[in-house]
Amino acid sequence: MNKPSPPAPLPSKGEGRILQGKIVIKGEARGIALVGNEPLSFWGGYDWQTGEIIDRRHMLSGEIAKGRILAIPFTRGSSTTTAVLLEAIRAGTAPAAIITTDTDFFFALASVVADELYTISLPLVALSVDDFAKLKTGDEVQVMLDGRVFVVSGKW
Amino acid sequence: MTLTLTSKDQAMLHGEHGPAVKMAMSILVRMAEVAGARELLDITGAHIDSTVYIGDAGLEFAEKLASLGAKVAVPTSLNVSGLDEHHWKEWAVPSLWAQQAHRQMVAYQSMGTTPTWTCAPYQTEMKPTFGQQIAWGESNAIVFANSVIGARTERYPDLFDICCAITGRAPAIGLHLKENRAGQLLFRLVGVPEQLQASDDFYPVLGSLIGKMALDKIPVIDGMTVRPDEDQLKAFGAGAASSGGVAMFHIVGITPEAPTLAEAFQDNSPTQTVEVTMEMLREARRELTHTDDDSLHLVVLGSPHFSLAEYKRLAPMVAGRKKHPQVKFLVTSSRAMTQLAKQAGFLHAIEDFGAQVTVDTCILTSPMLPEEIQNLMTNSAKFAYYSPGLLKKKIVFGSLQDCVDSAVAGRIVRDERLWK
Repeated sequence: MNKPSPPAPLPSKGEGRILQGKIVIKGEARGIALVGNEPLSFWGGYDWQTGEIIDRRHMLSGEIAKGRILAIPFTRGSSTTTAVLLEAIRAGTAPAAIITTDTDFFFALASVVADELYTISLPLVALSVDDFAKLKTGDEVQVMLDGRVFVVSGKW
Repeated sequence: MTLTLTSKDQAMLHGEHGPAVKMAMSILVRMAEVAGARELLDITGAHIDSTVYIGDAGLEFAEKLASLGAKVAVPTSLNVSGLDEHHWKEWAVPSLWAQQAHRQMVAYQSMGTTPTWTCAPYQTEMKPTFGQQIAWGESNAIVFANSVIGARTERYPDLFDICCAITGRAPAIGLHLKENRAGQLLFRLVGVPEQLQASDDFYPVLGSLIGKMALDKIPVIDGMTVRPDEDQLKAFGAGAASSGGVAMFHIVGITPEAPTLAEAFQDNSPTQTVEVTMEMLREARRELTHTDDDSLHLVVLGSPHFSLAEYKRLAPMVAGRKKHPQVKFLVTSSRAMTQLAKQAGFLHAIEDFGAQVTVDTCILTSPMLPEEIQNLMTNSAKFAYYSPGLLKKKIVFGSLQDCVDSAVAGRIVRDERLWK
């Protein structure tokens, strides 16, 4: 369904690198990375009213993911993850994009339903496990329409 | 890999079966493409987790489908709602919230579903059969249906389950297909005493441990020397589906697709073998408790929903005893199981003990607990797992007997003997 489109222009600044991802839900987004290398359930793990990660056992507990490029390998646990992410998209508290290590059906569905109901979609990209491991919290990240992920190492 | 649709799929997608079917099929087809499916397959049952009220978006989705005239095409059970319609006023549920949750219940009921309102539909008359293709939401129900019954569902999220129910179709992917149901990781129990294996608190702990290590893979458990009952398998699956994303497991010699180790793996080799020791189990048990405090405000049982057999076990444990006046004791269950328990005479002893029963919902899906209730105790790995994040409450895990004894004592007491 996703037709190839011309790549977006790269940001001019900084020494970035390009990671080739797989498009799960096509879209563009830019933001500061928030990276956790363990899976997360959004139900009981993401407060859609604030965008805070609230799973107290998760390494990102207490972080605000709203507007960030959230990178977590995949979802775990509850099948309500999709419903929570849909609420966050509607409320404007969702991440700007989500990067995973494989196609995550739960995240993808929230984006597809948000598109059906509100014509808003949340870009989703899957990276290889090796490329995912290169992302660090604080990196400046741009998710591009062709599935590439442009990363400028964070200085903070 | 491209998705091929039948002419009937195409007709549904193009609106020839009405606008609700069109919307459901459009979501189904887009997601089938995301998942890399080559085709859709027929399902003959569904369980809808989308009934849980989260907020406006989920409600708008339900009411949009309902207003377009959505009707399910297959027998469809409903998961817990946000509300015990008859008893919510006894708890701290805000009335505006109750109204919204009720609208969501009405929307899903209008689609021709069966209002089971339970997270344990596999213990109702809607229980699927071996080999049946179904589309189920609710993580604990998914893992039970696949593993214990041998029905076939992928791990479906909220909002998708209803699209499958309306169209009677699901993507031909994942656990719908036999080749994807083989075990991947092997867990061998080593030196776990039979007495512990026979105890009810062993299963949520083992489930949590396996889920945490297996994540989204299919674990195979070998070396179990007792035959767990249905409720123990339910507790195991709920634990594994909370700490991990486990949608299917095999227990060699116990679950239907694992008569032997070789069959559990469909003659493949495990990608990893882990020895499960008492030390690992003790650590997993510790992780289910989130406080050192022995204060207790509420004992809560029934995630997944309490079954008739669990009511039957609880009744003699509480008979002739009284809970401490400062502790509440709550059982969450389905209307059907509670009615059966009543008919069987199990409820008297439980009510005389001072316990309350809530049906149709759960402490995790209804904002029913008042602020002053801060310290919880449970025998459920799922409650233990989600309460700190969702409810911001402290929780202690113990056996069913520990829960009863603590409710009587008015503070946390646990029998540690089996875990030494």
